[in-house]
Amino acid sequence: MSAFLSQLARNRWILPALVVIGFAIAILAHYQPIFSGYTQIILITIGINIILCVSLNLVNGYMGEFSVGHAGFMSLGAYTSAVFTTKWLPDIPMLFPVAVIFGGVMAAIIGFLLALLSFKTRGDYLAIITLAFLMIVKSSWENISYVGGPAGLLGVDKYTTLPWTFFWVVVTMFVIRNLVYSKFGRAIIAIREDEIAANAMGVRVREAKILAFVVSSFFGGVAGALYSHLNFINPKYFDIMKSTEILVMVYLGGISSLGGSILGAVVFTFLFYQLENLGLGYWRMVILSSLLILLMLFRPRGIMGMKELAWFLPKLELKERRQS
Amino acid sequence: MLDDVLYLAQQTINALQQGSIYALIALGYTMVYGVLTMINFAHGDLFMLGAFACMLLAGVLTPVLVVFPPLLSFIVILLLVMIIIGVLGASIERVAYRPLRNAPRVSAIITALGCGLLIQSLTLVIFPYSKSMPSLFTNTTFQLFKMPNPDAEGASVTLTITALQIVIICVSLILMVALDFLIRKTRYGMAMRAISFDSRTVPLMGIPVDRIISMTFLIGAGLGGAAGMLYALAYPVIAPSMGILVGWKAFIAAVVGGIGNIRGAVLGGFILGAVEVLAVVVFDSSYRDLISYSLLLLILIFKPYGLLGQAPNQKV
Amino acid sequence: MPQKNGRAWSPVRTGYVTMDGVVRGEKLGGEVSKVDASFKLRANVPEGRKRFSINQSLLPRRNSLSTKAIPMKNLPILLGVLVLMALAGCGKSSEPSVKIGLNTELTGEMPAVGASSQNAAKLFVDQLNAAGGVKVGEITLPINLVIGDNGAKADQAAAVAQRLITQDEVVAMIGPNASVCAIPASDIAEAAKCVMISPWSTNPKTTLDPNTGKPKDYVFRACFTDTFQAQVLAKFTLNNLKAKTAAVLYDSSSEAPNAQAALFKETFEKDGGQIVSFETYTNGDKDFSAQLTKIKSTNPDMIFLPAYYNDVPLMAQQARSLGITAQFVGSDAWSSPEIIKLGGAAIEGSYFCNHYSTQIATPIAQKFMADYKAKYGQEPDDVAALTYDAFGLLVEAITDAGNLDRQAIRDALAKIPKYDGITGTMQFQPGSGDPIKSAVILQIKDGEFVWVANAQP
Repeated sequence: MSAFLSQLARNRWILPALVVIGFAIAILAHYQPIFSGYTQIILITIGINIILCVSLNLVNGYMGEFSVGHAGFMSLGAYTSAVFTTKWLPDIPMLFPVAVIFGGVMAAIIGFLLALLSFKTRGDYLAIITLAFLMIVKSSWENISYVGGPAGLLGVDKYTTLPWTFFWVVVTMFVIRNLVYSKFGRAIIAIREDEIAANAMGVRVREAKILAFVVSSFFGGVAGALYSHLNFINPKYFDIMKSTEILVMVYLGGISSLGGSILGAVVFTFLFYQLENLGLGYWRMVILSSLLILLMLFRPRGIMGMKELAWFLPKLELKERRQS
Repeated sequence: MLDDVLYLAQQTINALQQGSIYALIALGYTMVYGVLTMINFAHGDLFMLGAFACMLLAGVLTPVLVVFPPLLSFIVILLLVMIIIGVLGASIERVAYRPLRNAPRVSAIITALGCGLLIQSLTLVIFPYSKSMPSLFTNTTFQLFKMPNPDAEGASVTLTITALQIVIICVSLILMVALDFLIRKTRYGMAMRAISFDSRTVPLMGIPVDRIISMTFLIGAGLGGAAGMLYALAYPVIAPSMGILVGWKAFIAAVVGGIGNIRGAVLGGFILGAVEVLAVVVFDSSYRDLISYSLLLLILIFKPYGLLGQAPNQKV
Repeated sequence: MPQKNGRAWSPVRTGYVTMDGVVRGEKLGGEVSKVDASFKLRANVPEGRKRFSINQSLLPRRNSLSTKAIPMKNLPILLGVLVLMALAGCGKSSEPSVKIGLNTELTGEMPAVGASSQNAAKLFVDQLNAAGGVKVGEITLPINLVIGDNGAKADQAAAVAQRLITQDEVVAMIGPNASVCAIPASDIAEAAKCVMISPWSTNPKTTLDPNTGKPKDYVFRACFTDTFQAQVLAKFTLNNLKAKTAAVLYDSSSEAPNAQAALFKETFEKDGGQIVSFETYTNGDKDFSAQLTKIKSTNPDMIFLPAYYNDVPLMAQQARSLGITAQFVGSDAWSSPEIIKLGGAAIEGSYFCNHYSTQIATPIAQKFMADYKAKYGQEPDDVAALTYDAFGLLVEAITDAGNLDRQAIRDALAKIPKYDGITGTMQFQPGSGDPIKSAVILQIKDGEFVWVANAQP
């Protein structure tokens, strides 16, 4: 089995082929009812969670911070893109990708500010700053009646479809994977290992931090934009519990592992919805949290740990890892 | 003019009550962080369990305790709640955190989150509805000051304080002073401080590290449980979901004061209580969260390691 | 001669590997011509496997930077479990039946509301199925009740609505009860052209399109709206309680209390009263001392508290502790019996508006009350009664339509001339999903809900 898989891993064309096949299935599913409406929603939710997970992994896993504010970026993307499609330029479905990018950019601007704040603090103190940021964003949405205030934003068109979600998942994976295995990615990992030593060795710490936060928040905003055109949004949804869910997905799958993030997102979303369908009521959270604790006790770094899916690794890296 | 002063004084009493509860919870966070550099996210749910434990104990023990004066039964139930929740906190540490002492810090944090969620969901399974907390003593209102209100006819502006508020503030102060005494003047406290200073050399000195850490959790969780009981007495409708938000807020308070620092936690708790109450006084109550968190964020921007905290020395 | 010794060790757990080497060079005639090198490899394993340990729990036990290949043996097991779970949830019964969805608040901040709704729904379905089922054209089919829990959260309610309508393909959806859930769910139902009847949601927005303000086609409700309720309460407080000044304390972050407070203020002031204090709090707040202190300083005759049964006791108790003696008046959100258990003496003597009263029951209502009490051991509250009525309306519409087409059911529902329900007679005005109904005023006295007055539209 493992021989077959390592053979598979050596073939570099598998991943692009999977992407094309996935696209084909997604477009087919959009026009033909091969999946039921509910299954489509689950698949889209998995896609959104993958984007969230991978973008948070960039800051939490590769850069070693502890950011609990990701739901805030998601809410920024969600609200700004929803306002874009509902109030500013309504009823033009062609503009949906523009709206998503707009949402991402708005989130990235705030992510830039957060990156500036992160220069002075690290570790748990940065966690608190991100938490405070999350609460401030949530409270701001509750007080702005233009976006509906606490009642949420009604009348947002449902533009998110399976092909669009797949498209954005592929874009996210492409950008972040290439970022991580590039010079900037090395810089980010170096900051995680030892920031002062990295600074001493000439790594441009400030630029790397800004880049990591901006990219992470951009894709968080993209995920939020996709979500707001899928389901109803109100400020209460983007609270600390949502941020905790994203955190759990990241640490479940594996920190600083892109394949791990995908795995974590899929497993968590699946368990979340399937357990609810089984009609367990309150026992669902008992089961989920016990599973989480057991997983952390036996595999503290997540299911995949720090190992990476072979298709994402560049050739040289793959060779290096095999030899060590 | 005087009615404004009275109004502010009334709100100050409210702020003191809120602040002392936040301070008690923040102390639990800070103690655990001091010895283990770990954020115990299950602490908010231990706080919630304190409230439920008090409700159950009051229900069970009322026939026995009704002969005693109410204050004595209150103290008995308080001590029992602190012991029960303390033991529970220490056992969580033993089962869930000790195996992860050498794992990366984030796995311990996620385990703590999982423990907290587990406690909350188990409590939801047993108590799906909100419960009413029985009052342990008559909550008499003392009128401290009274004067007619110049703005509304027939109304008077009074400064009142309830027996419950006095009890909450006094109990919290006693517990805080006792903890400070424990940390500064006893050998156990010295051991705790030593572990937070340098945890690797401490066992070389013959100090049983595991036992001291268990004791830290016992005391920290006990304080959280006491806070839960006082909170439940003040706001007698309890539900399993009450621990999360209060827990996170108290955590922010602990960090604002300087995490790892006992006096910082107390200071942070009172600041948070004051900010929350004053925000509602001055602005509309829907802006309360916005203002309190913005203020806390501002404090952290200017003093990134908390008001009384120190930047950790990094060896290069 | 220069000697170079090299030592290298690899982080192997059990010991050290030492490489000792000597490089010697001989100088002949000014040049280094001969180089001799010898190396020895020595494995140095300390005795036994014991390491010098101070305290086991503090030393690192495992190499923390392992980058070995993925162990594949666990992954298939994990995937297998997930696939099994997926299949477990896929079983669908294929008997012909009429599927009706119930979208209710079983978990979350108002589980008592969800429990009442579910109880009444199950009672109705069991009674009807025992009598054969619902008559659809020529045949009689049993009802298949599909229950979804919306956790009193807006986004979850929308997701449950989506699931019931598209996955379970119900012919119609009953619920949600809370307005904060009903409004987003109604959006979904309207877009999917599926009939939705909310038993308890009084907020006018539930049946109104958010963009145009016109009534929705497919969304109905079984109760009166907040517009009517505000009028009833304002008139009652002005005429019966003889209150001239009022204060309002409401949750500005929740849909239902927001609308009720605004409408109450509008009607109260229009009829000659004066609102002296209009305070807000946020959902989840427990401490109202700041707002209550402000209210106390304005000395109102009564305080309007349109909050759910969980929050009212705290407000009432804190107000009494502060020395406020004003009369408390509430909305239909108070209607759960849990409020008496939680509130105690503080809410004694308060009035609130409700949909029906157990004390002035019609024969139909009495039968329902008897059945409910026999099955569940407690008296039904208004949520239960309204849910029962909603189901009744739906079944009558299905029978009138003669088939299970959603459009036909919708048309039949709108055309029902008069339906005698437990909560009164109902009829939908053309073009609106809001029935014309009467209300009752109840008072909490001696720990019970006591009927005080009726209010006709």
